Parts: sequence; structure tokens; C-alpha cells
Amino acid sequence: MSNIMNNTVKARGIHKRFGATKVLHGVDLDVDKGEVVVIMGPSGSGKTTLLRSLNFLEQPDSGMVQIGGIQVNITENKPYTSRQKKDIEQIRRKSAMVFQSFNLFGHMTAIANVIEGLISVQGMPVKAAKEKGLALLERVGLAHKAEAYPAHLSGGQKQRVAIARGLAMDPEVILFDEPTSALDPELRDDVLDVMRGLARDGMTMLVVTHEVRFAKSAANRIIFMEQGVILADSTAETFFNGQASARISQFLGQVQ
Amino acid sequence: MLELFMRALPLLQNALLLTLLLSASSFVLGCVLGLFIALARISSFRVLRYAAFAYVSIFRGTPLLVQLLLIYFGLPRIGIVLEPVPSAIIALTLFSASYLSENFRSGINAVDKGQWEAGLSMGLSYRKLMQRIILPQGLVIAIPTVGSRLIALVKDTSLASTVTVVELTRVADQVGAATFRYMEMFLMVGAIYWIINQILTIIQTCLEERFSRSHR
Repeated sequence: MSNIMNNTVKARGIHKRFGATKVLHGVDLDVDKGEVVVIMGPSGSGKTTLLRSLNFLEQPDSGMVQIGGIQVNITENKPYTSRQKKDIEQIRRKSAMVFQSFNLFGHMTAIANVIEGLISVQGMPVKAAKEKGLALLERVGLAHKAEAYPAHLSGGQKQRVAIARGLAMDPEVILFDEPTSALDPELRDDVLDVMRGLARDGMTMLVVTHEVRFAKSAANRIIFMEQGVILADSTAETFFNGQASARISQFLGQVQ
Repeated sequence: MLELFMRALPLLQNALLLTLLLSASSFVLGCVLGLFIALARISSFRVLRYAAFAYVSIFRGTPLLVQLLLIYFGLPRIGIVLEPVPSAIIALTLFSASYLSENFRSGINAVDKGQWEAGLSMGLSYRKLMQRIILPQGLVIAIPTVGSRLIALVKDTSLASTVTVVELTRVADQVGAATFRYMEMFLMVGAIYWIINQILTIIQTCLEERFSRSHR
């Protein structure tokens, strides 16, 4: 592991249970600045829960999360202090999330979606925010759809607007939760191309996905999860060239 | 019937204004109060949740007429004497707020969970999230039920006649008593209520149309 100062994301001992089901068994995770880490694994392995625990959309039962230098320690059965709530809000501001179901704000145009955080969180003047927002829509190839409502966009277009919305906040890391799973195959490439572009530009990304081609072409590291633990953490090369475990080969046989 | 209508017209005009005043003021006040109650009901503070629950339970669970009589005839007993019109506005406001808060709450609850998550994940505060993301969508969803509540409220203003407010129903009663033409007078004010509510229905439909066109 490299110098600790380079860790954009650091998680230690993340435990999470839903009722009687233990979903995460003390997961540790490090993502360095500029790294693209893909999390793979069968459904129910806890990969989405892990991702959502990092920005507290899912509240871990215990463990430590640190993003962009802000650290939150969770102790079991203790309600959050106001300090912790503030820190969680900071962590959310320093990270962006892209959802499987897009979750664009339905009552706002594409550009309004992109600049909402700039205006409501950062307090940027509307004019400056619009300029930045348009540039970001341009970057995801959707400047011409700036005034369209989400209802009039295709799934792939919605997801690209959602990515632009995440980029607007200049996040330290973008968390992608199966960003192409809800899309028709022919729409996936537009989104994956945008993500590859981000990876090339040095954006730190943590991606839960089943897209093997994307993982091969863009990921620095692959994390394989099963039953709430990390089974393997290796370079994309090692992961895909058959040197990994028999379990991983079997899994890859199923998704490819 | 026409000559009776013409004779009663000056009275009916004033009564109509009063009916509209009672409806509009208690609707606006009821919406403000109802929104706060709805927000208290979904708040993370237990005390607020219980208070809101108790409020709805009491004001939705007892007859408007009882509430109205209590305010007008009951409160003087403890030294609070209110004029008929303020009494009616207060009773109608408190009563409608209990229903409106439930209309708003169901609208808020109908907003997709993903909208909350998207807002939270970008670091919006709860207040901003409500203000900018959840309420604008939840209130639009609530338009049909809130519209129904307004129409019910317009009809409920007729109960103000029991505390001597000279609104439409009381005028019909008075003119009916003076002329022994109850049938015609009550048909007349019934028609006036119906026309008001038809206009409200049209407005509600237009609002629904407008919002559904832009967002969905």
C-alpha cells in the first residue's frame, strides 16, 4: 500500500447487518488518488452496501470511513453525535455518487440538475454555476439537452447528466453503483465511454459493475467480494488472466 | 324564482363574499399550518412526531361543528371571547390543517427514495433537500387530494351559519324564514356552492395539467 497521505478513500472494519443477515464482515478498503477501482462479485456479496456505506446512505453498524481527509468512526449502537453528522455531510460533499437508477431530480432540467449542488451546497452564483454546468454537459456530450427534463432523455443520457451532476462538485472520488445495469446494451457504451474518459483524466473512481470490458480497459485494481468479505484485491491483469483463484475464474465464466 | 333571486341578490352578494373569505383564509392558513404539521410528522425528533400525531388525531377525529361551537360558545367560559367570523376562520383552519397535513405527508412520501438519496449524496442539508427537491415534487403529487380538501372546505363553511356568520347558508335560511320559500332559497345557494366548486375543479385540473406537462 502506498503512502497513507495518498489515500482518497480509506475504510476500516466496516460491519453492516440488515436484521439477522450480516452483509459486511469488517471490510477494509483503500483507494489512492487517481485510482480506478472496480468492485465485482455475485449479487448479495455486499458490494453495493459497501459503496453506500462509504457516504453513509447506508449506515454502517461499526467501522471507520475516511474520504478526502474527513474521518468518521462509527461505534455500534451509538446514535450519531452532531459532530459526526457534520462530518458525514462533509464526506458527502467530497464524494459524488452515480446510481443505477440515475435519480435525476424529475422537476428540474438537465442543467438545473447539474448545478443544484453548486447553488444549494456551495452557494455559487447562478450565472457562474450555469457556465460550469454547460461545460460539464458538453464534456458528457449533452450540451444540446441542457434545457430538457429527465422525462425526455433516454436512460443513457440520464446517466451522463447524473455523471455531470457528480462532477460539478469537484469530488475527490466518484462512487458508481452499477451505473449501466439499468440500461439497454446499446446505450451502455455512451456511459462507459464517458467513464473511461474520466479515468484517463485521473479522476478517482470506485465502481461496482459487472462490465468486464470496462474493468479490463479502465481499472487499475479489481476487488472481488463474496459474502460480505473481500476475497481478492489485485491488478486487472492478474484478475482476468486466470492467475486468480478458481472461485474468480468460475465467477468470470458466469458473467462473461 | 327569478324575482326572489333578484330580491335576495344584495344579501346573497355579501354572503357569497363572506363564504369566499372564510374558504380562502382558512385554506391558506390551513395549508401553512398543515405543512408544518406534515414536516413535524416525518421529523426525526420524537416529540415533534408525537405532537403532530396528537394534533391530527384530535382535529380529524372530532366533528368540525363541535370544534366550532367549542370555540364560539365554549371559550368565553375561560375568558376568551371571539367574534363569529374569527371563530369560524380559526375552527375551519384548525380542522382543515389536520386533513391537509395528511395530504402533504402522503405527497412527500410518494416522492421516490432515490430523490432523497441523490440529494443527500451531494451533501444537501435536510432543509435544502426538503425545500429544493422533495417538497416541489411532493406538493405536485398532492394537488388532487388538496384540491378535494379545498372543495370540502368551501362546503364546510356553511357550518359557520350556526355561530351567526351571515354566509350563504344563513342567508338562505333567513330569507327562507321570512318568505316561506325555503325550497327555492336552498336550491339557489346549493347551485352557488356547486358553481364555486366547479370553478375550483377546473383550476385544479389546469394545475395538474401544467405540472405533468413539464416534468413527466
